[in-house]
Amino acid sequence: MPDSNGPAVNGNGKRSFKLMIVDDSNIMRRRIERSQHFEDLQLVGTAGNGLEALELFKKTDPDVVTMDLTMPRMGGIECIGQLVALKPAVRILVISALADKATAVEAMERGANGFLNKPFTDRQLNEAIADLMR
Amino acid sequence: MLHEQELKTFVEGTTNFFEVAAQQPASIGSPYLMEGSPAVHEYTGVINISGKREGVVYFTAPKAMLTVLLMKMQENDFSHETMRDLVGEVANTISGNARRDFGRDFVISVPSVLSGEKPQIPQKPGLRSFIIPINWRSHSAKLIVSLT
Repeated sequence: MPDSNGPAVNGNGKRSFKLMIVDDSNIMRRRIERSQHFEDLQLVGTAGNGLEALELFKKTDPDVVTMDLTMPRMGGIECIGQLVALKPAVRILVISALADKATAVEAMERGANGFLNKPFTDRQLNEAIADLMR
Repeated sequence: MLHEQELKTFVEGTTNFFEVAAQQPASIGSPYLMEGSPAVHEYTGVINISGKREGVVYFTAPKAMLTVLLMKMQENDFSHETMRDLVGEVANTISGNARRDFGRDFVISVPSVLSGEKPQIPQKPGLRSFIIPINWRSHSAKLIVSLT
């Protein structure tokens, strides 16, 4: 895994973030990919479960991750803990249908930085990602 | 046993899904008690429920409705696999949102999908099944909630 603790800085002095999308639904992955409109955010890959996400994370060293929770093989809560252990500076936005407060609290305690409930609008997604990149 | 009042959670979840994801509200009919085996549409998303409640939540919809829903979501892949993905995601979203009222012990499975086959309604003591009719544009679908 590349040795990186935060987003890179480009020639204009602006930070550039690498994004990984994790969701077991192809529709949701494409939806998140299409909806985000940030010049300084570059998609480096998508994963369909927590195990795939860990593998991809080690190869691509993303700065920002959107993370579903209910997924086969390895769920999002466990995956968040493992990603944060690999890179404490990673910023994770949970995007999940699970709407109870206890789940949101647990995700944040594991190291997530934001929580967005499904279903969501493009505006809500972009605001949540913008918050993450501040 | 599933009470009529608890159905409100699923009605609200279904209403919210169409308002937000499809940007067009659905008309939700009055829930009614299911008797026998339900008639289903071409695609059915299935979420198994465990924890403090047990049972199943199904979202069943025709291909024509799912196609329009995908268009409204800016999706341009209308393959069989994408239809399966969508019914699973709708069932997952409505069931997951229900945890706002039922709490985290309302444990939901990852979705499984039936293409045309009739679902097996679990037979358990105390389990009651309700059908929530959904009308969206010119299409009809159903949410079936079977819970102890």
